[in-house]
Amino acid sequence: MDEILVIIEILAKGFLVNSRLFLLTLLFALPLGLVISFGSMSKVKSVSAVTKTIVWVVRGIPLLLLLLIIYFAPGLLWGISPWGTGNSGRFNAAVIAFVINYACYFSEIFRGGIQSIPIGQTEAGQVLGMTKGQIFFKITLLQVIKRIVPPMSNEIITLIKDTSLARLISVYEILMRAQEYAPRGLIWPLFSTGLFFLAFVGFLSLLFGWFERKLDYFKV
Amino acid sequence: MAILEAENISKSFGKAEVLKDVTFSLEQGHALAIIGSSGSGKTTLLRCLNFLERPDGGVIRVKGEVLFDTNDPSTQSEAQIRKKRLHFGLVFQSFNLFPQYTALQNITLASELLAKEQNKKDPGKDNKRIDLKEIKEKALVLLDQMGLADKAGLHPYQLSGGQQQRVAIARALALEPDILCFDEPTSALDPELTGEVLRVIRSLAEKKTTMTIVTHEMAFARDVADEVIFLDDGVIVERGKAVDVIENPQQERTRQFLSRFSQD
Ligand SMILES: Nc1ncnc2c1ncn2[C@@H]1O[C@H](COP(=O)(O)OP(=O)(O)O)[C@@H](O)[C@H]1O
Ligand SMILES: [Mg+2]
Repeated sequence: MDEILVIIEILAKGFLVNSRLFLLTLLFALPLGLVISFGSMSKVKSVSAVTKTIVWVVRGIPLLLLLLIIYFAPGLLWGISPWGTGNSGRFNAAVIAFVINYACYFSEIFRGGIQSIPIGQTEAGQVLGMTKGQIFFKITLLQVIKRIVPPMSNEIITLIKDTSLARLISVYEILMRAQEYAPRGLIWPLFSTGLFFLAFVGFLSLLFGWFERKLDYFKV
Repeated sequence: MAILEAENISKSFGKAEVLKDVTFSLEQGHALAIIGSSGSGKTTLLRCLNFLERPDGGVIRVKGEVLFDTNDPSTQSEAQIRKKRLHFGLVFQSFNLFPQYTALQNITLASELLAKEQNKKDPGKDNKRIDLKEIKEKALVLLDQMGLADKAGLHPYQLSGGQQQRVAIARALALEPDILCFDEPTSALDPELTGEVLRVIRSLAEKKTTMTIVTHEMAFARDVADEVIFLDDGVIVERGKAVDVIENPQQERTRQFLSRFSQD
């Protein structure tokens, strides 16, 4: 009985690592994704071409491979370790890889959301003498947010599950911890990790549901 | 003196010349109807007046002041154009109300933003500060004039098309433009809803609101407009007093166009 509690505590500590990776990825990938979406919509051809190429490459590479590239490439190619050493170095590399990957996915969601707002909304703001900034923040933004909540919630739910990929560069997250018990014949820790993810995704779903209802007062 | 003078307005999209040296003027307090078949350039003309399109050539003057002159780059900066737009109001065919705001907020939004800008620029003199409460009261009066006093708190999706268009008219009026432009204000409406919108525009004409109205409602144009312009393929083919042009057109092309509406 004691051992069960100990293992659960170890798993919970592992899930904290997943949660930190999740939060840091959101924190950086959301604004970066918005910037990338502006890049891919830029009227300057070279800017949009470069941005679209980056998005294509990042989305085209499996996240797992991106993780390995980000972690190993600087050392193999230039003999440097820009992410730091040890546990924190590995975690930092994972954050970088996840931010790059998810920023590109988010950017496409933002782009779709922004482009789905009828041009008439912007024009109505223009003829009322509003500035570009006023039009974006007072008119377009909330409509975009309302439209992208469903695809964003999908992507964010995928993110929490993807965080366990970080074990491939030895980030000591929940699945990696659980797997260590398998050679000893203990399989239940591995399966019980599912409960952590289920609970977390359940919480996220409630959060998104609440947010969608908050925006129910208008239709786009 | 004419409040609006448009001289030699021309506009092309790629190789297509959509407006060719369009020249007209409008007297203060008059209503001008622009008629013409689909694709003749009516919308483009209104969009040029509202600076949603830049004319390739021409001059636009309001109250004698040059707002836009293709030969004078100093009239074309983005910041200036934003201010100059306020001489004009535009009511769109598809309303374009802001869905996240109530009818009342749709009307007050732009005025509030302008007032906040003004107050920031000129703080101190409290008596001169533009009062947000006044803006709201004015908007309520406008809603009442549109027959929508009880709809102030509703969002666009809760309103019929005719009601939405009347809110859009109030929104344009709130900024007190010198010239109010309508682009086929009833074309997106079910037939039974056009009447309520046309009635509102008619009452504006009775109050001597200066207006430019693109419309396919010939009887309405004849009764409400002072003058009519017939635009065909980017050229003004005929212009004159509304009754004359619609009852007794001089040009063959005008006659052909109007014969399609002969049922009314
Ligand atoms: N942004 C645009 N780009 C290319 N062609 C356009 C654009 N806007 C309008 N046109 C063309 O200009 C012509 C006139 O259009 P428009 O002014 O909308 O006519 P109307 O309002 O009289 O129906 C049409 O042939 C239309 O296809
Ligand atoms: Mg049109």
